Amino acid sequence: MTALAELATLIRSKNAGPFVLTFDILFKDEKKYRRVRDSGVLSKELFAKLYNCPVDIVRFFVCDNAMGFKFSIPRPTFQGEVGDPDLHGGQQNTPLMFVDIP
Amino acid sequence: MEEIRFVCGSGGLGGGKVLAKALDEAMAMKPHFIACDAGTTDSGPFSLGSGRTNYPREAVKRDLEIILAAAKRAGIPVLIGSSGTAGIDAQVDWVVDIANEIATEHQFKVKTTAIHSEQSPAYLKGLYRDSRIKPLDPAPPIDEALFDRTAHVVGMMGVEPLQKALAGGAELVVAGRCSDSALFAAMPIMKGFPEGLAWHAGKVMECGTQVCESAGRGVIYAKLTKDELLIRPYGEGLRCTPQSVAAHSFYENGDPYIHYESSGALDLTDSTYEAVDEFTVRIRNSGFRHADTYTVKLEGAELVGYQTVIVGGIRDPYFIRNYDTWIEDVRKKIVTSAKEILKLEPSDFRLDFHAYGRNAVMGALETETSMPREIGLVLNVTASTQALATKLAEISRQPLLHTPIPEWSGSITSIAFLHNPVPLERGAVYRFCLNHVAIPRTQEEMFRMRSLEIG
Repeated sequence: MTALAELATLIRSKNAGPFVLTFDILFKDEKKYRRVRDSGVLSKELFAKLYNCPVDIVRFFVCDNAMGFKFSIPRPTFQGEVGDPDLHGGQQNTPLMFVDIP
Repeated sequence: MEEIRFVCGSGGLGGGKVLAKALDEAMAMKPHFIACDAGTTDSGPFSLGSGRTNYPREAVKRDLEIILAAAKRAGIPVLIGSSGTAGIDAQVDWVVDIANEIATEHQFKVKTTAIHSEQSPAYLKGLYRDSRIKPLDPAPPIDEALFDRTAHVVGMMGVEPLQKALAGGAELVVAGRCSDSALFAAMPIMKGFPEGLAWHAGKVMECGTQVCESAGRGVIYAKLTKDELLIRPYGEGLRCTPQSVAAHSFYENGDPYIHYESSGALDLTDSTYEAVDEFTVRIRNSGFRHADTYTVKLEGAELVGYQTVIVGGIRDPYFIRNYDTWIEDVRKKIVTSAKEILKLEPSDFRLDFHAYGRNAVMGALETETSMPREIGLVLNVTASTQALATKLAEISRQPLLHTPIPEWSGSITSIAFLHNPVPLERGAVYRFCLNHVAIPRTQEEMFRMRSLEIG
């Protein structure tokens, strides 16, 4: 088992406009990318569990031409609403870092 | 025309990343235009609501001066989009004024077209009544009265107004709110180059050197032909790789393949990325599908109220392990005092406690439950006036300071305050109130052009 953070070159979260939060998992090494992709570990269901959110709001993309994975969800609090704790949405990536990949 | 060449001078005009030496190197390739995005919603709704810019005037002048002088020497146009952060009319005029100051100091004349993109409440209400305003997903709920409450609403222009300005002979286009990619796609599409690659060029160039393996100070240069796009940086230690360019197509988009614009959708599903040399990437097979209906994305901000902030820290482990119940006791005391002293109901104000160290950063998305050594506590009090927010903060001070926990008997101080006086007045607070598109009656009616000679 290896933590996803040790295989990916970048695991980031970011606003995709003020209403959507998006998560990118990117690789430089094609073998590592394929290992993660073919493990089947990454899924909408996994994301919903990691982030305590309903599975039907999660979008998941596997992108061979960019060697990356993307998750997107509606922002739990729209950007800049009173109470929004992360204006750029940039510090929401941590739970993905410790996903175990066989 | 066999090929068109262009330069992104900066990923954010005023950010100070324009490098004159790198721009000179790119200018040696004889580009046909330079474009720069100057705005963002990424920092929040404040700039759109208040009209304040993210960068000081001196910073925008510094970046624009390098770009405008180089373009003037080469005799090529410059396009600036989302001028002054949010692209409201006053911010467009502010950038025109800065450009005028530069032109006057350099003793050159510049044929300039300003494009205003702010939308009036009366116009928007007319569209709303005609069912010409449609929600995107997700969107805040709206009604007609919203348009009278908004501080500012802008429409995001596509390539069409920019093309009109260029066709009119503008040497400098200072655009209001604008699709970042449109700044780069406008001229290539006008000259008959493939739309998919032209929009894709914009998508990967608009953030400047962020498309590189490691971002830094420099510029991005592109060469577009009928069937391929070449992209590379100029600047110290910068390079584009197939992975860095492909990955940047992901950046800040909910969908990695489909990117919606006014006139249609850029489709990157079949795009290919290959290395040409150490610095340059070749892109092919990007598509563009025209939309049946021309739409203009709306961005709006409305005033929520005024905030006063309290900052403090908690170190005592007894308080930390009781934090969740303790903070509820604090909240109840403040609500009671607000009712007794200020005659306010809980719906008249908001108390937002952000417990740094506990779950302040991820909020509802946090699943980790362990307790920290310290908690940094920020209380944001929001009310209808600044005076009221501050009064609420003032009556919050004692409950935060002396709300007991079962473990200790006698008087104990529960929080380490950082400031005297404790409350910090933060000013007006805005919210984004629209994630909608407008369907204008004509493509032109939302964007007003004004041509002038500056210098």
